[in-house]
Amino acid sequence: MLYTDLTMTAQQAKIINNFSVKVATTNGTGSQSANNIFFKSLVRMGIHTSSKNLFPSNIQGLPTWFVIRACPKEYNTMRQTAEVWVLVNRGSLEKDLKEIKKGTVVLYDSPGLEVPQTVEGAIYYPLPFSKLSRENFDKPRLRTLLTNVVYVGCLAALFHIDKKIIYEVIHDTFSEKPKVIDVNLKAIELGYDYVQKNIQKKDPYSYKPDTKTLGKMVIEGNQASALGCVMGGASVVAWYPITPASSLSENIEKFSDTFRKDPKTGKRNIAIIQAEDEIAAIGMAIGAGWAGARAMTGTSGPGISLMNEFIGLAYYAEVPVVICDVQRVGPSTGLPTRTQQGDIRLCAFASHGDTRHICLYPGTIEEAYEITALSFDIAERLQTPVFVLTDLELGMNLWTATPLKYWEKPYDRGKVLSKEDLDKMKSFSRYLDSDGDGICYRTFPGTPNPHAAYFTRGTGHNEHSAYTEDNEDYHRIMMRLKKKIDLSPKYLPKPIIEENKKAKIGIISIGTSHHAVVEARDELSSKHGIQTRYLRIRAFPFHEEVLTFIHQCEWVMVVEQNRDEQLTGILRNDFTEVVSKIHACAYSDGLPLRPSIVTDKILEVNSRAN
Amino acid sequence: MPTEIQMPTNRIGLTKKEYQGLTTTLCSGCGHNSITSGIISACYDLGIHPHQLAKLSGIGCSSKTPAYFMNRSHGFNAVHGRMPSIATGVEVANRTLINLGISGDGDSASIGMGQFIHAIRRNTNLVYIIENNGTYGLTKGQFSATADYEALDHYKNINKYQALDLVELAIICGATFAARSFSGDRKQMEALIKAAIAHNGCAILDIISPCVTFNDHKESTKGYEYMKEHDVPLEELGFVPSFEEIKVDYQPGEVKDIELHDGSHLLLKKLKEEYDPTDRKKALETISKAKDEHQVLTGLVFFKKNMPSHHELLKLPETPLKDLTDKELKPSHEDFATLIKTFN
Ligand SMILES: Cc1ncc(C[n+]2csc(CCOP(=O)(O)OP(=O)(O)O)c2C)c(N)n1
Ligand code: SF4
Ligand SMILES: [Mg+2]
Repeated sequence: MLYTDLTMTAQQAKIINNFSVKVATTNGTGSQSANNIFFKSLVRMGIHTSSKNLFPSNIQGLPTWFVIRACPKEYNTMRQTAEVWVLVNRGSLEKDLKEIKKGTVVLYDSPGLEVPQTVEGAIYYPLPFSKLSRENFDKPRLRTLLTNVVYVGCLAALFHIDKKIIYEVIHDTFSEKPKVIDVNLKAIELGYDYVQKNIQKKDPYSYKPDTKTLGKMVIEGNQASALGCVMGGASVVAWYPITPASSLSENIEKFSDTFRKDPKTGKRNIAIIQAEDEIAAIGMAIGAGWAGARAMTGTSGPGISLMNEFIGLAYYAEVPVVICDVQRVGPSTGLPTRTQQGDIRLCAFASHGDTRHICLYPGTIEEAYEITALSFDIAERLQTPVFVLTDLELGMNLWTATPLKYWEKPYDRGKVLSKEDLDKMKSFSRYLDSDGDGICYRTFPGTPNPHAAYFTRGTGHNEHSAYTEDNEDYHRIMMRLKKKIDLSPKYLPKPIIEENKKAKIGIISIGTSHHAVVEARDELSSKHGIQTRYLRIRAFPFHEEVLTFIHQCEWVMVVEQNRDEQLTGILRNDFTEVVSKIHACAYSDGLPLRPSIVTDKILEVNSRAN
Repeated sequence: MPTEIQMPTNRIGLTKKEYQGLTTTLCSGCGHNSITSGIISACYDLGIHPHQLAKLSGIGCSSKTPAYFMNRSHGFNAVHGRMPSIATGVEVANRTLINLGISGDGDSASIGMGQFIHAIRRNTNLVYIIENNGTYGLTKGQFSATADYEALDHYKNINKYQALDLVELAIICGATFAARSFSGDRKQMEALIKAAIAHNGCAILDIISPCVTFNDHKESTKGYEYMKEHDVPLEELGFVPSFEEIKVDYQPGEVKDIELHDGSHLLLKKLKEEYDPTDRKKALETISKAKDEHQVLTGLVFFKKNMPSHHELLKLPETPLKDLTDKELKPSHEDFATLIKTFN
């Protein structure tokens, strides 16, 4: 009954669950909450949807865009263009109107915005978002907030989002604030009702219930990483606020209140410290890791830059620590709220002197959780810093994902000698490679055995952790460290390979670049008849499978989101025998990578190769 | 038959040798070496189990000294100016340890100023010793930020900038224990090291420690000669450990008894006016006045009892975090499932 008032029903609409909606609003007006309601409702309808929030480094008043893409092929990238626009922001109007083309559907705030209906073939729906809100809610702040919810109501009526589901989402979202529920419901109703009574549907777009996302969870990457930290056993977290990493540590705090707190005493099995800067944050984590806790810090590029000296110490003195880097656009302060894979090289070789660090690269929600949980085992097993590199795109957007599973794997605390172990030994030498795998045994302060103690230092040391400037001692320890890192891949997540026997071209990607590659591969094969095989790197140092993969291809395209071919450069450096086969598709403009950039680059190299 | 010489032992049956470290590599006569001896004696006297102490330091001649005492304790010689952050990590990972941090005036008053202040602000459980010589010993004698205004260095350069007083700063920043001593006054220094160890929270102990190579010339205000003439002890100090009975042979009213966290006592016999180390305003006034009179006040300058330590502020469990197992760190399957259900 709900839809009968509209001239075009869901059945008649021709484009179903396959279009993007782009909302142009202002930050600090509560649009994010409205957009999340919109997104979650689509997911609960079972429609595969991905969302990208493009927001400024500002608290209030600058343009924000929110793009929601429904896609039956389950792609997750952001489209270059949106079929449907919701215009609420005067500030970005001029820019936004340039995107309106033939066929674009434009919902805009009217009265309010002056939108000349000049693009031929575009469909315009003037809608009184702010007027309805103004007339129905009394407090100024509420009016601003609910203007956004009114447009969600309008979208629901126009494109057939199940109102019952929206209601449920609102109830679940604000379950602790019943007053908020009522006004939100009212705002939805106002928008919905207005469209039903006043608008004649002229566009072909519609949502229809599906089964693709039923039972899936909706979660941000930083929440998944935070859950990984908690399930992975982090017990000391030191951090300093920075976008886009803050919500990672803040969510650890939240989950710890649920999972680690004794309700009777209020005591918590975790120390979370907001440090005075990133240098202190990594220092605390290293101190805690040295003393035997599972320790970590969460930051972004500028923080890693500050941490460099300490990272070298942890590498050389062999102290386990996990560093979660949610990458943003550099150099310098860069574009603080835009995404990039700009720290690949920085993290792999952080600090002065010869270093090489373990880096892990989750590309999905499931991996942000699992790889982060695993990183604590890896750090303790290898006694070295472990970087987990995600980025703003993964970390700060809402994603749909299969519900995360309980982390069953028992913790691997690595080679640690207890009092009882030491009681059976005549002596203990901290940096002696007694197993031949480059990994030595360590002890924790507080171990009651006279042999347990050793002196940790960033200065030259020998196997007995004694100070030395001897050339042979230095060289031997450095070569042993190299062996340890060279042998590390067996502890690291393997690359994921998608074979294709017919393909000569290989694609290699990393982290969130994956999503553009998935779509580009389909496009290459369906539109251009080009078959590809695909390998996604999930760890550095690289597994030998990566080299084998390159050998098997005529040439490979390495896809990454930065200017300077950072991953490509490391691959070329490590695999000199296949250098001529390695091409780079390295592109970064702050927006999530678009598939067309990958497709175009591959077509270009392919035409040269033929 | 020669009789075996029995080395004396302390209350836990260890000889002094078991509190020693490697032979020092510092210049002979360096004040830092006296502090090293003071630490060894203090820990020996207190009967500290060496494995229960962690030695932490930054970079500098001073920061090298943890290698020269307590060989049986774990040590961590970190990076320049960052000892406090390492200490903070260690204290939260294992709350049962005594953290003994060694720093220099370059290490704490310049590159590490932020961490110095924030360790105080958090009341990190740390004995924070600054071996203060007014110079960068290890990099060959540049001025440090504690060098006095217009002081001369080894090369006869004049210091253009004002001096920072770390004790004054510590009090302003909310320190719960702030003291100054002189490496040449072993009795006072040892009493203060013991009291700092007994303190619950961050104990700042600024010890004037002459650098004989670069800053012990006649004009140096951090040299032996100047200190001998200008050191004005605030009190005569007596430390009575918790395991000994207090016997006071002073006149009543003459001695202030400060009971420390672990039940030990610091007895202060006032020497300077009516000095009360628990009065913050008075402490700051007294320091400031003394500076105008070219006096270096030593002793317990400020003390505040019963401030929660960082462990308490963080509501850490009794079990050291490092000892928590999978069972305590992971939630039940039910609790995990309940949380996952909220993400939809
Ligand atoms: C990041 C960094 N910058 C500079 C140095 C060089 N450096 C080593 S020790 C030192 C000064 C030490 O002075 P202080 O802390 O007063 O110790 P002292 O040698 O006087 O005991 C400096 C600047 C360093 N090790 N690390
Ligand atoms: S240079 Fe100065 S501070 Fe360093 S060891 Fe020599 S006397 Fe001590
Ligand atoms: Mg110095």
